[in-house]
Amino acid sequence: MTTTNSPQTRGTLAQPPSTFEKLNDRGFRTLTRLFALAVVLMLVFLVYEITRTAWPALITYGPGFLIGSDWSVAEARFGIWPQIAGTLVSSLLALAMGTLFGVTVAIVLSQSFLPPKLEWLLTNLVQLLAAIPSVVFGLWGLFVIVPLVRPIANSLNETMGWFPLFSTRLSGPGMFPAALVLAIMILPTIASISRDALASVPQRLKEAAYGIGATRWQAILQIIVPTAAPGIFGAIVLGFGRAVGETMAVAMLIGNANTIQWSLFAPGTTLAALLANKFAEADPVVEIPALMAAALVLLVITLVINVVGVLILQRASRSLKGIH
Amino acid sequence: MTISSQPFGHGLDPGTEPAQGTPGRKLGESSPSDQNKPPHPFRRDLTQGRFLIDSGLTILALTLTFLALVPLVSVLALVLARGGSMLSLELFTDLPPAAGMPGGGLGNALLGTLILVTIASALAVPIGLMAGIYLAEVASPESSIATVVSFAAKVLSGLPSILAGVFAFAVVVLTTGSFSAWAGGVALAILMIPVITLTTAEALRAVPRKLREAAVGMGATRTQTILQVVLPTASSGIFTGIMLAVSRAAGETAPLLFTALFFDYWPEAPFTTPIASLAVLIYNFSGVPYPSQIDIAWAASLILVVAALIANIAVRVVAAQAPSTQTRR
Repeated sequence: MTTTNSPQTRGTLAQPPSTFEKLNDRGFRTLTRLFALAVVLMLVFLVYEITRTAWPALITYGPGFLIGSDWSVAEARFGIWPQIAGTLVSSLLALAMGTLFGVTVAIVLSQSFLPPKLEWLLTNLVQLLAAIPSVVFGLWGLFVIVPLVRPIANSLNETMGWFPLFSTRLSGPGMFPAALVLAIMILPTIASISRDALASVPQRLKEAAYGIGATRWQAILQIIVPTAAPGIFGAIVLGFGRAVGETMAVAMLIGNANTIQWSLFAPGTTLAALLANKFAEADPVVEIPALMAAALVLLVITLVINVVGVLILQRASRSLKGIH
Repeated sequence: MTISSQPFGHGLDPGTEPAQGTPGRKLGESSPSDQNKPPHPFRRDLTQGRFLIDSGLTILALTLTFLALVPLVSVLALVLARGGSMLSLELFTDLPPAAGMPGGGLGNALLGTLILVTIASALAVPIGLMAGIYLAEVASPESSIATVVSFAAKVLSGLPSILAGVFAFAVVVLTTGSFSAWAGGVALAILMIPVITLTTAEALRAVPRKLREAAVGMGATRTQTILQVVLPTASSGIFTGIMLAVSRAAGETAPLLFTALFFDYWPEAPFTTPIASLAVLIYNFSGVPYPSQIDIAWAASLILVVAALIANIAVRVVAAQAPSTQTRR
């Protein structure tokens, strides 16, 4: 902006903008629109580029790519069923734990259980969890979670080894430690969006519930949570999206074994972990297209989950406006 | 047994239940000792089932909440203890130790992370800033472009970071034929842009409407209003949003694994070759059996965690100050 044209430097205090200023104004606003459209184009280009590079593999391997379970560069046979299954299992396990803790945290931090100062402090501490880099969680998981979980897992295996979920020992990395760390990582997402949903429930509803004799938890579980349910559901969906795409901590903790096993303590793999492990040293002709196709599958899954999550949240905030 | 209890915290709490605590009592039947005290409307029987359940649920919920904070405390404590013990001048000036060798530092990785983040910021800050200005100041809230842009930004901010790496690999690495700091910078920029766009728009929307009206009333164009009045007012919010995006990018590993790769020596000038970074160093050294390399990984974790904490605390401090000095527009 040219300061010589600013209103302050002119003789009179207020006067209409000059032609130059008007042109300048229009130019700047058009420029911001172009940059804003660049954000949209970036998303479109990203989807296009990954699809384009994945296309050869999609043509070559066809639907067998999704249901096959080999990953062999020498034989040029690629299938990502173990990765898809491992992604879903690890994310759903993490989601179960993350939702229990996340929604509970959201209720505690939105329903005046604690003094306001403590509530503010805890809200921010939970958010700090989201600030810690994934790779640091992975390192922490290797040095804290795995040694902590291993004796419990192995004693479960010794006493209840007949049960399929406990049918192997935890030798080091495995599905359960990865899911546990994932749960910790998605907790802030679920907690903060659920908390927003719970906090936007009109106070009147709560007062009415108390007025007809509800206890605090009756009001919470029968009035407030059901009213905020769409928002909480959106939070869980977005948490799921995060868990599905989370890479580093999972790649460091899941064991990267190209198998599907019932046991929670057996090593597994995910789509993101496959990309993290294979991409840097992949054969450019044979393996890169297959990896691109795996990336496309991951992209489609996370795009669908995220779009659904964002739409649920938009609809939830709109439907709440009717109650206000 | 009837226990008088004070309502928790505020007046509209469950204690407001009339007669529940004094079941079956009619006025004439009160015992002589009770005669001076009329039945208290705020009394209730805590042994009654639903109040027992209520207290039980409260205890359970508080326990789960504090359990949820244990990992944070554990991560911070371990990073501080193991990384803190490594702090020395050599840590910042030396190259990482070779396998099995003692000592060493992370100088090249720290410099590499700074270079990567600088490249990413140079790309992401202008785009994010302008897109944020468009969303908050230029477009009318109902316009379809604004809806699409903010939708795209939200979807991009939920994009798995490794896919940003895949994209940068396809666009930069396959095109130029080599792993490079530029490819890593592009990958990080894709992750920073939605964060900067959304935080900038939010900071601008918090600026009171009055200020804009005053500027327009003085004869300023909308551009002059934005650049000379609104942006300076929102600058602290925008700045902390950029800090947040930078600190997040600094900690990102997945997008760098096959774009910037890693390099055992110092970064070289045109940055067209692989480059070291703190995040990839942690990943590479996390699975090795050599204590000196694991120590360096913890030291790198400390640097990334401290940077992330500073950015996040700054954001929260600015956000906490905003409502007291500004009114909603």
